Amino acid sequence: MSVLTYTENWDGKFKKSTYELLSYANEIAKKAGTELIALTIGEVDNEELKSLGNYGASKVLVVKNEKLNDFIAKSYSSAISQVAQAQDAKFVIFANNVSGRALAARTSVKLDGGFVPGVMQLPSSIEPFVVRKKAYSGKAFADFELNSDIKVLSLNQNSFKIIEDAKEIAIEEASVEIKDTDLGAKPQSVEKASGKLLITEAETLVSAGRGLKGPENWGMVEEMAEILGGTTCCSRPVADLEWRPHEEHVGQTGKVVAPNLYIAIGISGAIQHLAGVNSSKVMVAINTDEEAPFFEAADYGIIGDAFKVVPKLNEALKKFKAG
Amino acid sequence: MKVLLCISHVPDTTSKIRFTDNDTAFDKTDIQYIIGPHEELALTRLLEVKEAIGGMTITVVNVGLKETEPTIRKALAVGADDAIRVEADPTDALFVAKQIAEVYKQGNYDLVVTGKETIDYNGAQVGEMIAELLDLPSVTSTSHFDIKDGKAQLEREIDGGKEVIEVDFPFVATSGKGFALEPRIPNMRGIMQARRKPLAVVQAVNQEIKTKTNQFYLPEVKGACTFVDAENVEELVRLLHEEAKVL
Repeated sequence: MSVLTYTENWDGKFKKSTYELLSYANEIAKKAGTELIALTIGEVDNEELKSLGNYGASKVLVVKNEKLNDFIAKSYSSAISQVAQAQDAKFVIFANNVSGRALAARTSVKLDGGFVPGVMQLPSSIEPFVVRKKAYSGKAFADFELNSDIKVLSLNQNSFKIIEDAKEIAIEEASVEIKDTDLGAKPQSVEKASGKLLITEAETLVSAGRGLKGPENWGMVEEMAEILGGTTCCSRPVADLEWRPHEEHVGQTGKVVAPNLYIAIGISGAIQHLAGVNSSKVMVAINTDEEAPFFEAADYGIIGDAFKVVPKLNEALKKFKAG
Repeated sequence: MKVLLCISHVPDTTSKIRFTDNDTAFDKTDIQYIIGPHEELALTRLLEVKEAIGGMTITVVNVGLKETEPTIRKALAVGADDAIRVEADPTDALFVAKQIAEVYKQGNYDLVVTGKETIDYNGAQVGEMIAELLDLPSVTSTSHFDIKDGKAQLEREIDGGKEVIEVDFPFVATSGKGFALEPRIPNMRGIMQARRKPLAVVQAVNQEIKTKTNQFYLPEVKGACTFVDAENVEELVRLLHEEAKVL
């Protein structure tokens, strides 16, 4: 018996979200009284692999197979399921990001397990297994009971803190068999913003809306994000007007985020926008309109003109950061 | 080209969410139901593609009780050709996926499309489960969808960017941001025609239930917003540091 986590790597590197995931899976392994095994696909150097041992993994299995050079949900989930079976995994835990969500759903079917996506805290009970997730686009929470022998979970990003638990980690290769029929799709070209902090992973998001009047005014938004070590995002109209790239759109039909700090500048706070951000721990709204619905959701608010408030706030933040 | 589009019947985005029976069931009182916004966008894009290439039929499918038929009729009014309702009170995602996989097997479809996620359980899992049950390839978070010269031309979201991807028919696509921008609204002619379009009701197949929802909770009521004077932004920095502890 074991707990298996799929620790995705990005060009051979792990991220903060990888360690959140391991910390979460390690707590499950402790509750279930078993060991935590990490699985990654592709080339990762030993130093990087060893870092997984800092968060409770006693073994990392590396799958190297040229048929897995491209990310295809069908082939990757086949590889993960084969390893899960070989390791007698009773829990298979993924990050709830774009790839993790897809893999978890497929893996649960392959293993005849039950799946709860987007969990946000440890289970309240192991036997029966009960775990909480968001429902109704963040307007409620639901406790799910999983009654299958094999349990598959995906962990929401930014919802679990990193807990160190250093272990001597064994690094092993695992082989899997990938059939040509497991492919069926072929990526052609990739467009990736390199080095940019992902919106779904950032602890601080500085978001702006139509109140900023035009794309030329985003300098002060980017400056605030930089001071705070976060990244920028935007409301839907801003993305639709192409003032900012679509990848930056947060809200119901864009990205759903849960940073520690969400600063909304010139965003009125339509319910569709709030549905994407209402899991943020602390929300700040800056708006000229005191009736803006965002003030009902925000923890802190400033009624005022963004063009005057934001530069002043940036100076104050810089001063604070300088200590 | 035969397309099967899965639609959810969900509370309108602006609904006030309440629970009943000691918070074990969703309270349907005064709730307005809609087609899930992601599926509405997916239908819009499929219709655009159909108009461009011709020779396509779009069948919408929903797993639900008779109460979902107005939502299904709305999809027919927007422009879907016909509809199937699987008679069942859906229990979990795998149950729903199993029903749709069964519908697929009966219908000789070339393509299954689902929305990114339903806005009630936000699971984002049914599409991939259908693909797995049918042993089909899938494209998740599809940000661009087109069919040209009989080939699917897709773009998908990946963490931190996007990717052009080629995929062989038949496959499952789940929609993502950019699939379509504005949902198409039914016109009077569409609404009239929808009444006469076929809506078949089929029986559900068995599927063991692996997950169940025990209890719902509403979030704690948020305290009122603390306002800071626009002339005193230093106070906001202090509050974020000392009170909220996020700086």
